This record gives sequence, structure tokens and C-alpha cells, in this order.
Amino acid sequence: MEATLLEMKNISKDFFGNTVLKDVNLTLKKGEVLGLVGENGAGKSTLMKILFGMKSIEETGGYGGTIEFDGKPVAFHSSEEALASGIGMVHQEFSLLPEFTATENIVLNRESTRYSVVSELFGSRLNTLDRQSMQKKAIEAINKLAVKLDSEMLVGDMPVGHKQFTEISRELSRDGMKLLILDEPTAVLTEHEALALLSSIKRLAASGISVIFITHRLAEILEVCDQILVMRDGCIVKQLDSGNASVSGIAKAMVGREVDTSSKKAKEVDVETAPVEMEIKNLWVDMAGETVKDVSLQVHKGEILGIGGLAGQGKLGIPNGIMGLYPAGGTVTFRGKEIKLNNPSDCLASGLAFVSEDRAGVGLLLDESLEWNISFSAMQVNNKFLKSYLGGLVKWRDEDAIREVTQRYVDALQIKCTSTRQKARSLSGGNQQKVCLAKALALEPSLLFVSEPTRGIDIGAKSLVLQALRRYNEQQGTTIVMISSELEELRSVCDRIAIITDGKVIGIRPAHCPSEEFGLLMVGHQGEGK
Amino acid sequence: MNKMQRFIKEFGWPRLIIAAFLLSLFVIAPFAGVNIGTSLTDTIMRFSMNGVMVLAMVPMIHSGCGLNFGLPLGIIAGLLGGTLAMQFGFTGKLSFLMAIVLCTPFALLFGWAYGKLLNRVKGGEMMIATYVGFASVSFMCMMWLLLPYSNPQMVWGYGGSGLRTTISTEGYYYHVLSDFLNIKIGHLSIPTGSLLFFALLAFLMWAFLHTKKGTAMTAVGSNPIYARASGIKIDSIRTLSVIMSTWLGAVGILVYEQAFGFIQLYNGPFYMALPAVSAILIGGASVNKASITNVIVGTFLFQGIVTMTPSVMNSIIHTDMSEVIRIIVSNGMILYALTRKTEETR
Repeated sequence: MEATLLEMKNISKDFFGNTVLKDVNLTLKKGEVLGLVGENGAGKSTLMKILFGMKSIEETGGYGGTIEFDGKPVAFHSSEEALASGIGMVHQEFSLLPEFTATENIVLNRESTRYSVVSELFGSRLNTLDRQSMQKKAIEAINKLAVKLDSEMLVGDMPVGHKQFTEISRELSRDGMKLLILDEPTAVLTEHEALALLSSIKRLAASGISVIFITHRLAEILEVCDQILVMRDGCIVKQLDSGNASVSGIAKAMVGREVDTSSKKAKEVDVETAPVEMEIKNLWVDMAGETVKDVSLQVHKGEILGIGGLAGQGKLGIPNGIMGLYPAGGTVTFRGKEIKLNNPSDCLASGLAFVSEDRAGVGLLLDESLEWNISFSAMQVNNKFLKSYLGGLVKWRDEDAIREVTQRYVDALQIKCTSTRQKARSLSGGNQQKVCLAKALALEPSLLFVSEPTRGIDIGAKSLVLQALRRYNEQQGTTIVMISSELEELRSVCDRIAIITDGKVIGIRPAHCPSEEFGLLMVGHQGEGK
Repeated sequence: MNKMQRFIKEFGWPRLIIAAFLLSLFVIAPFAGVNIGTSLTDTIMRFSMNGVMVLAMVPMIHSGCGLNFGLPLGIIAGLLGGTLAMQFGFTGKLSFLMAIVLCTPFALLFGWAYGKLLNRVKGGEMMIATYVGFASVSFMCMMWLLLPYSNPQMVWGYGGSGLRTTISTEGYYYHVLSDFLNIKIGHLSIPTGSLLFFALLAFLMWAFLHTKKGTAMTAVGSNPIYARASGIKIDSIRTLSVIMSTWLGAVGILVYEQAFGFIQLYNGPFYMALPAVSAILIGGASVNKASITNVIVGTFLFQGIVTMTPSVMNSIIHTDMSEVIRIIVSNGMILYALTRKTEETR
């Protein structure tokens, strides 16, 4: 049994009477990786701030409980003290100098220096830099991570992943680093980079450094952590060994209610043989950062088709192009009739609808009421919620019908609002997403495009949105094309999943295929079966 | 208390303060030797004269084209209609009707071209609109001289060609609205006809905003990308709003002239946009949100202050400073209003 490195006992904290942590206990052994998960606001960050001695804790009245680090009781009053005793923290936001190289960033303010004549006169602040030994130090730290990182590259020129590695290397380059806290380090990384980081974490642990790892990606936790703590409302609600934990178990503990991520009712109809609802041929879309080059796809009636792929490969361009929001070409046939591209009203009139990934930009009238947000498209496209006067010459808004339909969707999708007249801006992200969905559903579309429906919303809202999609698919027979970066989400909802790489469809697989297969497709391996 | 707070929040502090100031002017007036009846008459008359031009701001604000600083363009269409009706020899009430009829094709044409222009300069509408207004005024300065008008009441007495700077509407549409159902109580006189005409146009505007097209217009102003994704042709809605604004500007100046009694050509329309812009901003409108209430409240407060301040101040300090005070007050109000402008979305 290895020695205990960190023990936090009965930690509690309140911000002016508002309790955010109560009675939290935590033990960490040397070389162990601890995963910390919880919804936004569960208290993870506050706990780490206490451990790291951040000023904001002391300024708001300190904390209760005791911390024992490396066998000694400690109470850090500043981050410098924490750093000195061997705790490093990598924050969510980068704190790097973009115009400096990786080396310079890593050893910043701890540079190796050489004594010179000038320093005799003016003191040690004018020592010259010993670049070679700085380089050596930096490379040593990078090697601990075992990643490829050019130590001479300017940070500003680096891809996001490398910036993250630079930041971690900086912490590792400190002498006597014993514990590393990583606050959502993979949030900004692509799946590929995240994998590299995870294997680095394992290496660190093997070399005796303990790691506290905070993330929202539950699969990662399972992969690297020895011990998992689930926090909810300021308490640790569950403590698990990674051996007997599962994604659904953790997710359940996080939200405190059943979240169904993988089980799915089998469809009664076989979607593969169902008639083709939409046929996309040689579609190209000119959307910056999400260019579609040549996509051909068939969408079958009544299915939920997933479109996945890494960011920037063009999956988002597909619905945006078909719905006429970005310049597009090729042919799209819907129920045997060709859809005019670059013409949103034609698409909507044919029975298509689109929930955009850009909620604030495209999806919502932020300064208008929920009533307007939900009813507007249907009013303009299908002439719903209108009263006709003078033989159709005057089409008057029917406020009662609008209120009624809004109330119906507020109930059906559990949109949390004070009234249907509330402005969309004042809703939370998850509820705004539901409004976007309600707007599309109010059109009563035969085919619905949903783009990144769960981006930036918490896990509870996520499951509600996904359940709603499935419900409309099952009950109303709405064909759904769902575009998402989260493969697990696609697998839990969709019937088939198409993976887009480099602006083209690289493969389509049934959703029950193992995730490795999709992972391979995403990185461009077509594999067998095509 | 709660009710009070909500009322203040909805009505807005700026409006309450201005209203309190206006009220205090009315209270001071009798002590300064200014007749309340005359003051009220002036205020109401100026309200009825300017109301339609303030209303002209509404469509363009709703469609996201911003404040219509190009109002002089609409005014020019109105001037063309007004002078043509006189040139063709229509008199009395008919001349006012014909002026509206004759200004309409110009308003549609100018508005359409102006709208096309504004669609090409999205994001910079208000700056461009200002110069559209200025340029059109300057251009028309030449045209008023060159156009072959021949009605002796309108052209310069010497030479016999070119329109005068100021033309009397006496015998044509002078006070056709103001004198309709006019109510007189002592010094107080209420131009019922003008008020009713304004009310009619305001009602039509209110009604339009409740129709499908009107709803689309508001949505285009609120978030154009949202509107486009809902199948709205943004450019044509914007053009429509500019045409409406221009036409209302044209009718607005005709209402103004019939009450004022004179047609002012050449540089007359030059600064007409600013009081209208200020009035609607003071009424609580923002760059992309405006209601009929904003129009009514704003016009009344703005015109009230502009009417009352000079006369009261003048009587207090006993020097003829009215013009100076009027300029300071009206430009001060404009400045204040423009600093208050809020852009709610992008």
C-alpha cells in the first residue's frame, strides 16, 4: 500500500451564507489519479481553489475543515505557498504568453541565469539568460508528458492541444511537483489530442505524481482514473473505483435522476428498407471552417440519422447548406421533389426544419418573447396562428393561438420560464435550446435537422432534449437528421451514423457498432465493410 | 409602492424627468406672463404637425434599418406632391387629397431606390441615410429652380420661373385638417382634424405591425439571421420598410404645411430629420425597437419642451432670446436622445 499524499477532512465553505461545500472528505495516494465530476456549480472548482490556496477563498471568509498534505497539516494562504509545497494547477483558461516560445513559457520567472558584469553593478535582476539550460529544463518537462512538442515554437502559433501541453509542462517543470490539478484540460482538445493527454496522465501517475482530474467527459474519467468522486450540490454523493464504475452510473449520480444513455428501444420498422425520404447528391457547401466538399447521402423515412465527425470536417455545413443559410450546390431531392438550394423559404415550405447550432445567432430572437420565438417560423411559413380578414388581404396575428401553442411546448419540453412572454435572452442555455427545438417542432416538419442539440447545456437538459427528439420521432414519425460532435450522444439516439471527414462521407454504420469503429472512421481509416 | 416602481420602470426615468420639467414650465408660465391657453394650443398644434413625421421613423426602426436620418428624401416627395397639386390647379380640400395622391409615386420610387441603397450598406445605415437626406436636399435646390412650374403663386415674381423659397398654401390646403372640427375654448384651440388624421395613420401602422408582414418586419429588425432562417426575404422587407418610412415622411410634411400655412422649399427639409429622430428616442424607442406609444409620448414631450422653454424663458429674462434658446433646447434634446440610444441586439 502506498503512502497517502493528500487528505482533506470535513471541508466546508460558504459564500456569505450560501453553502457551496459541506463536509467533503477526500484522500489521495501517491501516484493515484482521482477523477472529480459533477454538474456545473456542484462545487468542484471551489474545492480545488481551497486546496490551491486561491485568494478568493480567504477573501470570502476562508473555509472549514483540515487539509493534510504529504504528512503535514497545511493551510495555504496563497497559490505561491501551494506551488512551493508541490501542488500545480492547470486552469480551464490558458495563462500563456502567445509571443513567447514554449520553453520561455515553461520556465517563465524561473529561468536559469548566468552571472555577468552588469549584474555585479545592478544586482541579480540583470543576469543573462542561460538559454541552453532553460531548453534542457523545458525538454525534460515535456518528456515527462511524452508528447511531441516543439520547445522553440511560439505559443501563439500552436494548435490548442499543444498550448494545453505547454501549460502542463510548465507545472511539471517545477521542482518537487507532487500533485497536479487539471481543471477540464480536455474541454478544448480534439478527441485525438485528448487521447494523447490521457496517456500522458497515466505516465505521470506511474512516475509517482498524483493527479486530480476534473472533466465533463465521463469516458475519459473511466479510462485514466483509479478513483472517482461524484459531486452534487456541494457534497460528494458517490465514491467509486474505476473498476466497478460505468458512464451511466456516474451520470446518474451526477444528476440524481435516471439518465438513459445507451439503452434504446429497437425500432419496429427496419429503417434500412424504409423508402428514401431525402436524397443528397454531390452536395458542396461554402461555410467557413466547415466546408462540405462532396456529400452524397440517403435519409430513410422515419429514421434518426446521425452525422458525426471531428470539428472542422464539414458535418455542420450539411444542414446549413441544405437549409440555405450558406452558399451551396449539388442536388437535394425531398420526397421526389428537388429542393431549391440557397432558398430557406422553399426548404421550410417543403416540410424541412432546422435547429441551428448557433442558438444566439440564428436560433433565437433574443429580445422577443418566447411566444414570438416559437410561433414565428410557423406563422411565416405555414400561415399558422393567423386570422384572415377582408378575404385574406389582412393576415392578423392570432395572439390567443400563439399563447396556446407556446404554453403547449413549454409544458411538453419542460421549458423553465416565468411566463410565455418572457424574453428569450433571460433563459438559461438549456432552456434556450428547448425553445429552438420548439420553434422547429411548431413547423410540424416531416424532416428535422438538429445541429449540436446539446452543445453547452448541462446533462439534465441534455437528456430532456434527446428524449424529446426520440419521442417526436417515434410518435409523429418525424425523420430526424442529428449532427453532433459527441459520438456517444449520437449512438444513444440514432439508428445509423454517417461520419464526415474532410468534407465527405467516409462511412455509414448502424449505431450499435462499437465506438472504436466510428473513432477509426473519424480519423480517416475507412476499414473493411465499405 | 410596487405598482409605482413598475410604472416608473416601464415609463422610464428619462421620460418622467422630462415630463416633470415640462409640467413645471406650465406651472411657471402664468407667473411669467405667458398664457396657458396659448401655450397649450401651440404645443398641441406642433404635436399634430410633427406627429406623422415621427411616425415615419417606426417602420425603419422595426426592420433594423435604424433611425431614418434620410427623412428629407420623403419630405421632398411630399413637397413635389404638394407643389404639383397646386400647379395642376386643385384648390381647397381636394388639393390636399391630390397632394397625397401625387406625392405617392415619388415616395414609392425614392423609397425603393433608397431601400436598395441601404441594403448594400448594412450596419452603416444611419450614416448613409444622413447623407442621402443632405444630398437629395442639395440636388432639389437646383431642381426647384429648373422645373417648369408656372403657377404665379409659386414662382418668383421677377423672371417668372423657378419656385420661391416660401410658398403660401392660402387658398389651397391651408388648415384643411386643422380647421376640421376645430374646438375653441377661450385661448385654447384644438386642431381636431390634424389629430384625427395622425390617429388614423398611427392606427394603420399599429395594425400593420400586427399582421404577418409586420411581424416579419419586427423579426428582421430583431435578428435578421433568424428571420432569414425562417424563410423571410430580408432585403425586400427592409425595402418595404424604407418605402413606408419615405411615404409617411411625404405625408408628414403635407400635414405640417397645411397647419403651418407655408411650403418651405430649398434648404427647408435640411434639418427636418433630427427633431423627428429625437422625438422618438425621447419617447423611449431604441435603435431597433419602437412602438406607437413611443411616438405619441416622444412627440408630445419634445414639442412641448421646444414650445414652452423659449416662451417661458423669454418672459423671465425679458430679452428676445427665443431663437437661441430654441436652438439650444432642441439640439440639446437631440444630443441627449442620441446618447440614450440603445442597440439591443448586435
